[in-house]
Amino acid sequence: MMLPSLLSSLILIPAVGALALLVLRGDDHKFIRGLSLGVATFEFLFSLLLLKKMDFSASGYQLEENFHWISAPPIHYHVGVDGLSVFLVILTTFLTAISVIASWNSIHERVKEFFVVLLMLEVGIIGVFLSLDLFLFFLFWEVMLIPMAFLIGIWGHGRKIYAAVKFVLYTMAGSILMLVGIIWLYNVTGTFDLPQIQQALQASPELLGKTVEIAQRNELLLFLAFFVAFAIKVPLFPLHTWLPDAHVEAPTAGSVILAGVLLKMGTYGMMRFCLPLFPHASREQRWWIVLLAIIGIIYGALVALVQPNLKKLVAYSSVSHLGFVVLGIFTFGTIGIQGAIYQMLAHGISTGALFLLVGMLYDRRHTFEISDYGGLATPMPKLSAFFLFVALSSLGLPMLNGFVGEYLILLGTYVTNWKWATWAATGVILSACYLLWAYQRVFFGEVTQEKNRALPDASWRERGILFAMAVITLWMGIGSAYFTRRTATAAETIRQEMMRAGDTMPQEAMSPSDGAGTKISLERSGNR
Amino acid sequence: MNNGMPTIVDLKLVLPELVWCGFAVFIMLLQPFLKNRHFFTFLALVGSLGGTVLSIVSGWNYGPGFSNLIRMDAFSLFFHLLVGAVAFLVILASETYLERENLDSPEFLALVLFATAGMGVLASAQELITAFIGLEMSSISSYILAGYRRDASKSSESSLKYFLLGSFATAFFLYGIALVYGATGTTMIDAMNAVNPANGWLKLGLAMILIGLCFKVAAAPFQIWTPDVYEGAPTPVTALFAAGPKAATFALLLRIFASVPAATHYWFWAFWVLAALTMFLGNLGALVQNNVKRLLAYSSIAHAGYILVAFAAVTYMAGEDPSTAARAYAAILFYLLGYALVKVGAFTIVSQLGGADEKHVSLDDYAGLGQRQPWIAAALSVFLLSLLGLPVTAGFFGKFYIFTAAVHSKLIWLAILMAVNSIIGSYYYLRLIVVMYMHEPKSEAAAAPVRFPVTASIVLWITVAGTIYFGLAPSRTLNFLLDQKSLIGSMR
Repeated sequence: MMLPSLLSSLILIPAVGALALLVLRGDDHKFIRGLSLGVATFEFLFSLLLLKKMDFSASGYQLEENFHWISAPPIHYHVGVDGLSVFLVILTTFLTAISVIASWNSIHERVKEFFVVLLMLEVGIIGVFLSLDLFLFFLFWEVMLIPMAFLIGIWGHGRKIYAAVKFVLYTMAGSILMLVGIIWLYNVTGTFDLPQIQQALQASPELLGKTVEIAQRNELLLFLAFFVAFAIKVPLFPLHTWLPDAHVEAPTAGSVILAGVLLKMGTYGMMRFCLPLFPHASREQRWWIVLLAIIGIIYGALVALVQPNLKKLVAYSSVSHLGFVVLGIFTFGTIGIQGAIYQMLAHGISTGALFLLVGMLYDRRHTFEISDYGGLATPMPKLSAFFLFVALSSLGLPMLNGFVGEYLILLGTYVTNWKWATWAATGVILSACYLLWAYQRVFFGEVTQEKNRALPDASWRERGILFAMAVITLWMGIGSAYFTRRTATAAETIRQEMMRAGDTMPQEAMSPSDGAGTKISLERSGNR
Repeated sequence: MNNGMPTIVDLKLVLPELVWCGFAVFIMLLQPFLKNRHFFTFLALVGSLGGTVLSIVSGWNYGPGFSNLIRMDAFSLFFHLLVGAVAFLVILASETYLERENLDSPEFLALVLFATAGMGVLASAQELITAFIGLEMSSISSYILAGYRRDASKSSESSLKYFLLGSFATAFFLYGIALVYGATGTTMIDAMNAVNPANGWLKLGLAMILIGLCFKVAAAPFQIWTPDVYEGAPTPVTALFAAGPKAATFALLLRIFASVPAATHYWFWAFWVLAALTMFLGNLGALVQNNVKRLLAYSSIAHAGYILVAFAAVTYMAGEDPSTAARAYAAILFYLLGYALVKVGAFTIVSQLGGADEKHVSLDDYAGLGQRQPWIAAALSVFLLSLLGLPVTAGFFGKFYIFTAAVHSKLIWLAILMAVNSIIGSYYYLRLIVVMYMHEPKSEAAAAPVRFPVTASIVLWITVAGTIYFGLAPSRTLNFLLDQKSLIGSMR
């Protein structure tokens, strides 16, 4: 192999970049911005290599690296990538590069520290997506906390410290529970290695307890320990209350990363750990998780509808959209899971773009209140065109990226339980309402405030970022087959892992969603 | 075996104590003739380091000495190295502190060395009266050290409080020894095997010993003195208190309650309750502190609670599954190591930032430190994150091993309580970090950067490097601790 340590390099490049920034002189802001942009861009291009190197038809992890790190307890530096994580990694590197450009002019204080923190955040997130050792996963999961809290707490606005501390405490509460779960798993299986734990649990489901009954009860506890940590991160209703605060107070780059990738760590965790490791508990507990997801979809949309604050509106729309992802995951069918993966990527791009746009408005007017705007289409036609495009993609217009994910999820849900799909579909309608209504209030009508009359339109830098986002949005909408083909194996693997020795899938999840039905619908989505 | 005269072998086993005491006496003798602070500091540094290095020499002769009163083994070697290193760092950190506060250095240094020798005795004692002597050596020196800033009323209060309550606790300990002797006919720790553990007098005696020692490690409900004493004592002394005597007392506690079968299983619930109570009282108390010294004092109570969780695991598993118990021993030792490094480092920063008369020790004085003195703020953040238990710090692995020990011993509920406490704890550690990085300085006076002398900087470099090293590569240390095949069990 030409590049034996591709994945480690992905983790190391931003870390080295951050270190270099740290020791270099901090006065020349131009140089610092340039260097971080260079590092972030290089990292993004480097991560694209993954697409070339990976074999998407094979199941299981690829490009694995496994080194011995600590002997007692046996902890390995074990990283690997599969169809589930590869696009999330690329999304992370892409959004980090975008964030660097987006923060070009809006960060004036402690510029050096800002970019150091941003790159460290990238290290943590990529580490989370690549770790195949539970301990390593936990380590990155925690490491990523501090940079994010700093981003919000130092460069945010308003009640930034409150928001930062709330963010950390929420996540910490979940992750400590997860640590107990990880240690418990280690206790019964004797390893932290994810593939090995998976094998051990598959081979003997009664490993968790002396009898099957105890095993199932313990499995439930373990499932909850992991699930709550992830649900806080997603965030699943009613654990979402940290999100609006964190988003509103965070700087634009922080919001983009937070919405774009950080939230996905939760749904990623559910797919990577909850479903394959605890299939029985996942099935048993599905009813309330789905219920919460649907409540989240509708509740998030309704709250977004009445938000006077533009950034909060986008934040609540994330709650709603992530509800779709959880719903898709817990259909347990290939289509639903694939839809969930797709929706994660689409949401990362379109919500990231929405936050960028909101940040651009804020840079000009220093307010998020919708009532302070109005009629902006006149002074800034280009920006408003981009905003409309992104809003349409976020509300799921066909041909744009948001549609594919929502469609697949609703399809997967429909074959599992048509009532769930019906309720969830109202979220799609509501998202059209709140996004278009907000768009109307901000950009259409007369210019109500004098200040808004002379606002400059998007600069070259801003247009560049937005154009890149728009192109990807369009491409993901039209060429969705490129992604679905590459995530199909991963989704199928998750579904198969849920079938443990001796377990039978309940009828509803078995029937039309797999087998022939899957293939047909995949081809359909491929041809679109 | 011998006629009471110590043999060469015996002396080799107490080599570190001899060096520490010898240098202490030498310093006191020289005091009337020399005035040069730096020379005395140098001498004390040589003494503390020499004793620490020589403990490795005694470590070559694992075995009993002085008619079995003491014993050198991996366990006591570990603690000798630990308390010796702590003494070295504290002496280094106190050099400029004493000059700033205009305090005599020779006595101070001698007392630190005496206290360290006492801790060494505590760590290797195999017999209760010997342990008592070690405890008193370290305690009495500590009482004086706590009141070393004679002119400050807080310091005197600290000293008096520590002395009164401390003697009370010592009395408990001594009375416990008497009762245990009455019940078993021996004060040798390893000779108590044969006794029926249900013997009422033995139980009562062990309970009294437990109370006495719990006072010294600041375990709830015997922790009331800690914040006041820690706050009033000169900060380098606080660093010593938090790291040295605590570790040595835990060593004795471990020897008695983990190695005497009669004492193990019966005491599981006592440790369970102590651990839960200590964690909660420490963490909840720390939530409302605005004085950094008091905050760290409460945090050290909380950390005693975490260590007691591992004690519960040890006592629960000692009879049943020695290998699991051994992991729990190792967890305790590792935790103490990481904890000592962090506390010495953190208190060093507090002592330097405090300024003359330790005026600037409130949270507000730390506002904006991240911009004013980025490196110091970064070092303090590393310490706080280690106390909080975030990777990649020594504190993370310490906590992780204790967690593992508790879960291994099926003490799930205690592990959950510990998890809850970690979350509570994260709030106040983060609060300090938030203040340092995200608040603007309140007053002009507090906003001037404080120059850190070379000595204090060396201490910080060592402690930060240690904290991160043990957070990145804990296996070597842990393997050393585990290789000694249940450190205490093999001694019998």
